[in-house]
Amino acid sequence: MKKKLAVWKFSSCDGCQLSLLDCEDELLTLADQLEIAYFLEASSRIQPGPYDLSLVEGSVSTPHERRAIQEIRSQSKFLVTIGACATSGGIQALRNFADVRDFLSVVYARPDYIETLDKVSPISQHVKVDFELRGCPINKRQLLEVANAFLNKRRPNIPNHSLCMECKRRGLVCVTVAHGTPCLGPVTQAGCGALCPAYNRGCYGCFGPMETPNTAALAQRLKDHGMSSQEISRVFRTFNAEAPAFKEESLRHEE
Amino acid sequence: MRALAKDNLSLLIQALREEGYEVLGPRMGEGAIIYGPLDSAEELPRGWIEEQEAGRYRLKRDPANRYFAFTLGPQSWKKYLHPPNLCLYKTKKTDQGLEFKSESWHKKQAFLGVRACEMEAILKQDRVFLEQLHPDKPYQERRESVFLVGVNCSRAGGACFCVSTETGPTLKSGDDITLTELEEIFLLEARSARGRAVLGRLPTEEASSHALSEAARQEEHVCRQMGRTLDTEGLAELLKNNLNHPRWKDVGDRCLTCGNCTMVCPTCFCFSVEEMTDLAGLESQRVRQWDSCFSEQFTLTSGNSQRSSAEARYRQWMTHKLATWHDQFDESGCVGCGRCIVWCPVGIDITEEAAVIREKDGASHANS
Ligand code: SF4
Ligand code: SF4
Ligand code: SF4
Repeated sequence: MKKKLAVWKFSSCDGCQLSLLDCEDELLTLADQLEIAYFLEASSRIQPGPYDLSLVEGSVSTPHERRAIQEIRSQSKFLVTIGACATSGGIQALRNFADVRDFLSVVYARPDYIETLDKVSPISQHVKVDFELRGCPINKRQLLEVANAFLNKRRPNIPNHSLCMECKRRGLVCVTVAHGTPCLGPVTQAGCGALCPAYNRGCYGCFGPMETPNTAALAQRLKDHGMSSQEISRVFRTFNAEAPAFKEESLRHEE
Repeated sequence: MRALAKDNLSLLIQALREEGYEVLGPRMGEGAIIYGPLDSAEELPRGWIEEQEAGRYRLKRDPANRYFAFTLGPQSWKKYLHPPNLCLYKTKKTDQGLEFKSESWHKKQAFLGVRACEMEAILKQDRVFLEQLHPDKPYQERRESVFLVGVNCSRAGGACFCVSTETGPTLKSGDDITLTELEEIFLLEARSARGRAVLGRLPTEEASSHALSEAARQEEHVCRQMGRTLDTEGLAELLKNNLNHPRWKDVGDRCLTCGNCTMVCPTCFCFSVEEMTDLAGLESQRVRQWDSCFSEQFTLTSGNSQRSSAEARYRQWMTHKLATWHDQFDESGCVGCGRCIVWCPVGIDITEEAAVIREKDGASHANS
């Protein structure tokens, strides 16, 4: 019997689910190994639970989502969050630094129609998560590795070390040392393949904090490179604003 | 000692290519000099030098327009001899059982521009990979086929300290041909049979005594120019006796545990090995890649990391380089190239850390 796969969406942009569809060649092999039982982005055919593997995209930002994740957890043997939103809030978690009612009155004509939570939270604040796959969006190769590890009953080979190690293995020249470009690589988890440094840009921290992020020491360096407190506060507050290490560092530089 | 006209440097590259070597050497990368394939001397970063400081590297023009006035970039030759990502073998599930396949290496490569410290680093890695009960096959295959063209430095970089570590600035042995760039000419010396064979194909003449004394003056000049010094006197013991020195905590607060120092270090050899399976569970690849003592997972055993703090990881790295390497290989693990200083994003300086520990020797009373 094939294992059943479900893919769920919460508050998110769908980019991570698209990474799954983007697997193209491997998608057919994946479909051979796993029964795609629930994946609205790909098919409207829905099979009832329980599911062996649930991939969850997006963060919890409405009362409805708060209830839904409990139900999904109870229907799933393994639950893996995919992407920055599900793992550390995503861009929508930026509202956690302000009062959501202020946004509502500016954005919506009838704010009273909107039912939302004060704070956006990662999935792990609500239910037990078996594995968190990082990235904004996730990396296709890493996603396949997670599926693969699940099928072969082993731990996924997903390193938690800095992006710098990936950058250096790729033979790239450090943009911080050689160009003076601010880069979050040293405090960011590897996984993207050092995409931005390969284009002469600093890392934006899409994969969230690495295993032991020394954000304070890096922030000092960013300052030396001419970044203002406000800029430093903002640079730690992009896609992973709810990740504790980034959040704390960001708050330290808030003016 | 032979002399070669500067314009004829391309003939050396050509001769190596005719001998079947792929020539690799310094080239202009994105804001730094890196190593890559060379077709002719035109591709060398002639006329460029670097400003190198802790955590800072910038290229600039040098009016002297020499071929090799620059020193070291972020990459070392280990990227070829001990590649950052390498498939060791592939396994396939067949009806007859498991089938294993590994690919042998049959390229011939020539490294052009190996500096003295880099030569010493290669010799240190030889001890790690080859002088063992079970020599490392991928390293051995690459190392045995490589042709080395050394270059004596005519300038020292801002973080160089090879005089302290006695690993430069002049090549002692190990390379096939040594080049010394002088104002008007190159001096060439062959050190192996194949070096002599290649040298024999070049239009050289006997070097003048004037050229030899220019080379000697140049060497003295480089020695005086070292950007850093490291007092190696009793250093191994000093570090071992100061494992609880307060400086470790201090450096731990600054260190990002990013691992850059280990990636750029030409002697760091650590790797991890992973089995990569395919989705259908029929094929797998055993892949090894550079790893680092700065990664928490590197020392993960049954759920716990042996070195959870930055302090413990930096101490491990530095004491391995400068102290326990002696126990393992009867020598120091540092060749004084300064890469770890320049390419550390926060400019942590191994020579400075060692000096502070020496200055306050015994500062920790809790030593066991
Ligand atoms: S460019 Fe960024 S990721 Fe790459 S080594 Fe430098 S700091 Fe690290
Ligand atoms: S420890 Fe630093 S100076 Fe010594 S060989 Fe390694 S990179 Fe070079
Ligand atoms: S010493 Fe520098 S390069 Fe090495 S891990 Fe620490 S911060 Fe990174």
